[in-house]
Amino acid sequence: MDFHYPRSWADALALKAEHPEAVPIAGGTDVMVELNFNRRRPAALLDISAVPELAQWDRADGHLRVGAGVSYTRLVRELGPQLPGLAMAARTVGSPQIRNRGTVGGNLGSASPAGDAHPPLLAGRASVELASVRGTRLVPLDEFFTGPKRSVLAADELISAFVVRPAPGPEQFCKVGTRNAMVIAVASFAVSLDPERGRVGTGIGSAAPTPRRAGGAEEFLEAELAAAGMWQRPRPLPGPVLDRFAELVTASASPIDDVRGTAAYRRHALAVMARRALSWAWADLMRN
Amino acid sequence: MSTLTGQTREPAAPGARTGNGIGDDARRPDGTQKVAGRFAFSSDLWADGMVWGATVRSPHPRARLISVDPSEALRIAGVYCVLTHEDVPGQKTFGLEVADQPVLAMGEVRYQGEAVALVAADSPETARRAVAAVRVEYQPLVPVVDPMKAMLPTAEKVHPSGNIVRHFKLRSGDPLAEAPVVVSGEYEVGMQDQAFLGPESGLAVPADDGGVDLQVATQWLHVDRRQVAAALGLPEDKVRLALAGVGGAFGAREDVSLQIHLCLLALRTGRPVKMVYSREESFFGHVHRHPARLRYVHGAGRDGRLVFVKAEMVFDGGAYMSSTRAVIGNAGTLGVGPYVVPNVSVDAYGLYTNNPPCGAMRGFGAVQACFAYEAQMDRLAEELGMHPVELRSLNAMAQGSLMPTGQVVDSPAPVADLLRRVWQAPLPPPLPAVAGVATEGLLPGGMANTTHGEGVVRGTGYAVGFKNVGFSEGYDDYTTVRVSLAAGPDGPVATVQSAACELGQGLVTVETQVVRSELGLSDVVLETADTRVGSAGSSSASRQTYMTAGALREACARLRAGLLARAAARLGVPEPDLSWAHGEVLGPERAVLGLSELLEAGPLEETVEWRHRPTQDVDPETGQGDAHVQYCFAAHRAVVDVDTELGLVKVVQIDTAQDVGKAINPGAVIGQIHGGTTQGLGLALMEEIQIDAGRVRNPSFTDYLIPTILDVPPMRVQVLELADPHAPYGLRGVGEAPTISSTPAIVAAVRAATGRRLARVPLRPQDIVGLDEAGAEGGPSR
Repeated sequence: MDFHYPRSWADALALKAEHPEAVPIAGGTDVMVELNFNRRRPAALLDISAVPELAQWDRADGHLRVGAGVSYTRLVRELGPQLPGLAMAARTVGSPQIRNRGTVGGNLGSASPAGDAHPPLLAGRASVELASVRGTRLVPLDEFFTGPKRSVLAADELISAFVVRPAPGPEQFCKVGTRNAMVIAVASFAVSLDPERGRVGTGIGSAAPTPRRAGGAEEFLEAELAAAGMWQRPRPLPGPVLDRFAELVTASASPIDDVRGTAAYRRHALAVMARRALSWAWADLMRN
Repeated sequence: MSTLTGQTREPAAPGARTGNGIGDDARRPDGTQKVAGRFAFSSDLWADGMVWGATVRSPHPRARLISVDPSEALRIAGVYCVLTHEDVPGQKTFGLEVADQPVLAMGEVRYQGEAVALVAADSPETARRAVAAVRVEYQPLVPVVDPMKAMLPTAEKVHPSGNIVRHFKLRSGDPLAEAPVVVSGEYEVGMQDQAFLGPESGLAVPADDGGVDLQVATQWLHVDRRQVAAALGLPEDKVRLALAGVGGAFGAREDVSLQIHLCLLALRTGRPVKMVYSREESFFGHVHRHPARLRYVHGAGRDGRLVFVKAEMVFDGGAYMSSTRAVIGNAGTLGVGPYVVPNVSVDAYGLYTNNPPCGAMRGFGAVQACFAYEAQMDRLAEELGMHPVELRSLNAMAQGSLMPTGQVVDSPAPVADLLRRVWQAPLPPPLPAVAGVATEGLLPGGMANTTHGEGVVRGTGYAVGFKNVGFSEGYDDYTTVRVSLAAGPDGPVATVQSAACELGQGLVTVETQVVRSELGLSDVVLETADTRVGSAGSSSASRQTYMTAGALREACARLRAGLLARAAARLGVPEPDLSWAHGEVLGPERAVLGLSELLEAGPLEETVEWRHRPTQDVDPETGQGDAHVQYCFAAHRAVVDVDTELGLVKVVQIDTAQDVGKAINPGAVIGQIHGGTTQGLGLALMEEIQIDAGRVRNPSFTDYLIPTILDVPPMRVQVLELADPHAPYGLRGVGEAPTISSTPAIVAAVRAATGRRLARVPLRPQDIVGLDEAGAEGGPSR
């Protein structure tokens, strides 16, 4: 197995172009597990952990651009107030050791339906920045995933960053697992409220072949809130609105039975989480 | 009697005087190394010129083995050999009780992961590639996987002898007894794994005499040696075993895993051979806890007194026998719990199937039965309108009670007292009354922000359990120790030689504590546990402290007798005029002879083979007989918060009361109780090897979940020390009792919170919210 260790972004892209079979590795919290379990034996590894550009984040044009190599620990510490939903998700990733090593770039690259970062990024309408020697493109996250552990990432491309607006309003994330820490999502849900634009964002995890938005639920709630003038004068959400929202979130899912849970339970849990997460986010909105 | 209470016990401050004798919180000699990451575990073994072994395993739960073609693997540079059953020079099968498992598969593979061939290569990576290159042709067969079908006479046979490994029958009292209050239930226990953290590993080195030296992490060196020597066709003295650093065991190292394989490869290659299982391979490389289905009928008077218990239990032993017979003996003899029941009928079956082999795990048959009989006691209490502790106390066994086997319980059995203690222990503060507040990690769902109080209901549950200590049913159970005493430059030194295995449970402190107390000296050297001395028996069945302490006490007594004889000769007085006190011999007229003076004449040595009192085989038709040496008892109260809408559980507090007879090392006792309780929590809430058509679905710590620190609540432990007059120092085995009742206590608490029957462990979220028909059998019970 060859091992490439670029020290600059330009070198990383050149190496990826030259060795499209090389698997990028940053924190190694997914790749090393796959190697350990003998699930893949890539011809080469491309270690991008020493590329300084990837470890940076900045703010421009009202957006945050967060390098793919920023760890979950740093996300929580440095970006918690600006990306509260993502920070909540980051706190649930593995153990402290895993959060010190693991990166959102890696989460996106693995494209697991259970990736913890995906639902809040979907809810926040983030985009993924993909780069190659051919150039850079920005892909909206809901067009990025194409199947379980598959994405639009081309063989010569690397994930350079994700781009997202700082949370315009309250955000929530919850995740169901069968123990109280260090657990892969059985199902997860994120919601993001944008009172200025009157927008609602959602993301569901571990309940479909890819992480996905619950578009029907977003549209329903946006219409309800607009019609009732609730963005301007927030009042407690009526029970039937919460129920219908939860129902539509569940309708967007297409879960399966697997070793971590049943499809029926995943649907049930999504409905409970959608109702609770929305009510918490709405309560935050009313408080402010 | 004394009571120790500790939540966490502080280690002695540096420089503080610790006696380090019996009853002191002796520090582990390996503690600092382990905490600092410097302890050498078996996976750290190394030898110059060593090669790496690896195992070709069957992907099929059942298949005819057509052919094994090693040619492609042998062409890989760096591959030394590929071995199949044809290369096993001696007995081609092994087994703890009956040699029914092929060293390497012959004719048919009977479970997924069965070892088919071995390779040795110059690196782990080459070995891995060689394993992939061995061409094995199988003809898959339909596996026998449903234990209820496997036990039918018409079932296809996993072994020619039939699928029923043991049918244990217990009949006592009136088989037709009737009672005014009757409850019945069916229960299921999933397959738990011991989930030790140090996967199987070892190093075998070929010796000049044609034999082999094997260093391995194991629970019982001599039973390994017997099986290795038989398979190699060597006399036992040519096979020498030494204990390597053990990273946990919990029963999973009682059976042979890679021991024979390592030695076969070492003798074939003429080189040292190392093997280390990966975590995934480890799930296929050792036996698990028997999954079980249990059907119980309890009958009681209106006053709550038990009239009869009828039980039928089916334990799936998987493809090979391992210790299934003994597990069934325990489940059967202990099957009604620590209660007095005049009329009992138990049928316990252990089966062969094509599921993964099952054998020893902490609690060994008592765990499965306790989950069922304690659920029954709660249902009976509910039916009678009694408090669950009152009903249990009313029926509790005590010293002098009769077991359903007819055996008299002839030492303290404080069942009612243990229950009362956990009942009366302080409760945690109540749940916050107002929902909607995020409390990180404290509510069900832990860190994952699934509730701010919505749907959360608190429940409390109780359970008590018991288990035999030591090997039962007439087994000749003994332990050998050799203690030598010599003058050293800084005073007398005692050296202990023993084959008893330290697994992390703390035997090493027990050994030094006993010798220090008995000989009144401070310098005790423990030699590496190995086969230069006789068998110590297994470090299992909560027996090793009992047995080794008994043997060491006897050896020390003989050494003292030798010292007295020397003193008598030296002082010219008869021995009866001499006495022993604190490491000195006191003679008439204030004559004092210290150990060092007495050892000037040379060292002394004693070898002792020590047995606990004998037990009896039980009658095959009635289960009657004095089957057990001693019982250990523990009771738990669990307080849980359940998110009743999401089916998630947070255990808020667990209180344990356990009688240990005598705490040799109180700190280690508390540690055992914490650990055992946690392992029972794992079975209650998350730990299960999931099997589908004979295949393991979750052989990893990603999907086989064990409790994290956020799942483990504060534990208050009350330790009783009621001496067992038949046991050395009055002690009772400690390790297993806390694992037995913590599972039913937690499930009882979840039942109390949800009102559901919950007849299966581990509990799954879908069972708790009532989505799963099987798990939610009967629906809400109130």
